[in-house]
Amino acid sequence: MNDTPPNPEHQLPDRHYLSASYRAGLRSWFLTTDHKRIALLYLASVTVFFFIGGVFATMIRIHLLTPEGALVSPETYNKLFTMHGVAMIFFFLIPSIPAVLGNFLIPIMIGAKDLAFPKINLLSWYIYIIGGCFVLYSFSTGGLDTGWTFYPPLSSIYSNSAVTPAVIGIFINGFSSILTGLNFIVTIHTMRAPGMTWFRLPLFCWAHYATSLVMILGTPVVAITLLLAGLERMFHLGFFNPSMGGDPILFQHLFWFYSHPAVYIMILPAMGVISEIIPTFARKPIFGYSFIAASSIAIAVIGFLVWAHHMFVTGESTYAALAFSFLSFLVAIPSAVKVFNWTATLYKGSISWDPPMIYALGFIGLFTIGGLTGLFLACLGLDIHIHDTYFVIAHFHYIMVGGAVMGYVGGLHFWWPKITGRLYPKALARFAAIVLFVGFNLTFFPQFILGYLGMPRRYHSYPPEFQVLNVLSTAGASILALGYLLPMCYLTWSMRYGKVAGPNPWPATGLEWKTDSPPPTENFHVTPVVDWEPYDFRHRPDLGLAAGAPLAPAHGDD
Amino acid sequence: MHRTGELYGQFQTLEQQKESSTLGMWIFLVTEVLFFGGMFTTYTINRHQYFAAFGIGSNTLDITLGTVNTIVLIFSSFTMAMAVWSAQTGKKKLVPLFLILTLGLGTVFLGVKAVEYKQKFDHHLIPGRSFDVWYQVDNAKPATEIEKKQLETEREELHNATLTDPDIQSHAQLYFSLYFAMTGLHALHMIVGAGLLIWLLRESLRGRFTPQYNTPVENIGLYWHFVDIVWIYLFPLLYLIDRHK
Repeated sequence: MNDTPPNPEHQLPDRHYLSASYRAGLRSWFLTTDHKRIALLYLASVTVFFFIGGVFATMIRIHLLTPEGALVSPETYNKLFTMHGVAMIFFFLIPSIPAVLGNFLIPIMIGAKDLAFPKINLLSWYIYIIGGCFVLYSFSTGGLDTGWTFYPPLSSIYSNSAVTPAVIGIFINGFSSILTGLNFIVTIHTMRAPGMTWFRLPLFCWAHYATSLVMILGTPVVAITLLLAGLERMFHLGFFNPSMGGDPILFQHLFWFYSHPAVYIMILPAMGVISEIIPTFARKPIFGYSFIAASSIAIAVIGFLVWAHHMFVTGESTYAALAFSFLSFLVAIPSAVKVFNWTATLYKGSISWDPPMIYALGFIGLFTIGGLTGLFLACLGLDIHIHDTYFVIAHFHYIMVGGAVMGYVGGLHFWWPKITGRLYPKALARFAAIVLFVGFNLTFFPQFILGYLGMPRRYHSYPPEFQVLNVLSTAGASILALGYLLPMCYLTWSMRYGKVAGPNPWPATGLEWKTDSPPPTENFHVTPVVDWEPYDFRHRPDLGLAAGAPLAPAHGDD
Repeated sequence: MHRTGELYGQFQTLEQQKESSTLGMWIFLVTEVLFFGGMFTTYTINRHQYFAAFGIGSNTLDITLGTVNTIVLIFSSFTMAMAVWSAQTGKKKLVPLFLILTLGLGTVFLGVKAVEYKQKFDHHLIPGRSFDVWYQVDNAKPATEIEKKQLETEREELHNATLTDPDIQSHAQLYFSLYFAMTGLHALHMIVGAGLLIWLLRESLRGRFTPQYNTPVENIGLYWHFVDIVWIYLFPLLYLIDRHK
């Protein structure tokens, strides 16, 4: 193992954003405007929703152990997958990386004292919590069974479950996302430190800039759509109700206009995380910086033009479908640019197998599978065959869990020493990363086969010949659960007992590693001036790498 | 973050702070455009599909009140612009005056809107069980010859529209659902705007806004103009298309 150069024993700084000597008590947390503390508030709250969504997922997998359904009634099953989707998508995946890691890191990465609007940042968190309360109220008063997509007229007329509070909750939560996006865009535009030019920005910031564009342009549309659907349900109006002249397909168009780009809200920040991890542990400048930066923007832009590929079987016009199919294929280009550039960065790199790197490598593999199967689904003919089957489920879980969540957990491991000032047990973390990877594949790969063989999604029972693959999937899910619980345990443990990390344990090149770990409230003691290029290890004596030693390759030369 | 004078701690200079606030406001307005955009799309598609029913809907609206309100709102935009100008040129006494004028005009608009809503209520045009697009034609008591003639034209129009669209009751109901959703959301924005104006008024009476620092006036002004522009689109869409009187 080629670990980083031997570090001297570090000590935590006397004054940092967490320390009690500054400001103590619950008040200092719930009324804080410090982006780092708000990030931790988000970390705690998205973890709660991840846990809730995870419990529903576990119940779904247990239920599907037997062909006739092992655990719950069909009606309850409908509620389980709906609540799983709602909790995971709106309250975990969308805020996870931006609101936790983005919030914590963007100001530090660009050398600012805080986001441009710290109070609005806190407001975003409160809006998230209020929205979350409505959704939890819906969950605990019987749940809802419409699917996370809320298609009317099921959601507006026929469903007898607690749809209204859930719709209100998601509507409210949308504004949290909008305000976060707004804050990031303004911050990246106006708050950069001297010398931090656009093309010196870390790729994490570029990814978040692209994500924020999607947040501000997409979220308002889903907000108004859900508002109309909610009004329709509450006052028996007919916007989307065919028996009153409304158009249910219109709802689907408006819904997917946001909800497809929302996939990029989830995956783009994860790509940003990977773009930070790969050069650090390959100890090489990232290959094709500007192409990776531009591909983030390209994904955000093209992502807005593909929504109707969710609707190939609604009877939309063939010509429209052709255009949407073609545009969906286009998204593969900027995505592939990223994958190839990460791979090229690894080539002849001096690779060290630290835990974040294992997550990043896992991400590349899983994202590639998820992305390629997305192309199957963008195919007009093939989509008819696999539409609404487990193939779709497997595809988007490869993107969202294999991609976004891997990126999130990997990012947490990468920046944990910065956030808490302490290291976690590395061997255990490596083990957990491998458990996660194995568990994930065992859970979701069988679902590709199931879907291809014709098992439909959202059914509470299935023909007996599908049982073997379903049992495999459930077995994988229990390994996957272990893969999530392990980091939760040792990361929490390390907050108190972990080895003190020092400012730059890996070492990495970003500005965030130039300040204390944990950083002081104002992020830097002196406003930094940036006079180096991004991801440049060669001209950075301050990183403490042995002078004159070959940076790459250090071992395993070919 | 601590504040020194008008400069918040996260910023280095007042210029940086102003640039950030203004950019933030514009981005917020972009999100508002998309927010209203979803509704406008729904309206456009339905208008295209049920042209006759939506025409009948437009004709039942009170064009006089609508026009008065449009003028009131455009004038309030003018007074708002004057408030911004006064703040920027340091005419401290004029700022609250123009803000009060703007607030007054905004209130007039909301009052007229309330009168219109009441009318719709009386005419059984609120979507729901008692909705009846024929109600007004059947129950109005015309006082003059002109009104009588008008009523006859209306009856004929409605009759013709029913021939082309037998389900005109539901489709007209769709029109009124959108009418109330769109004007309601617009009115909600006006109410928020009025709240912001009251805050501005308080701060301007304290003499807080100077040629060096007037970003709040400018940004709330931007918001106010945006809400006006929404109405400038709502007015022709809801009142004017297919109106022939």
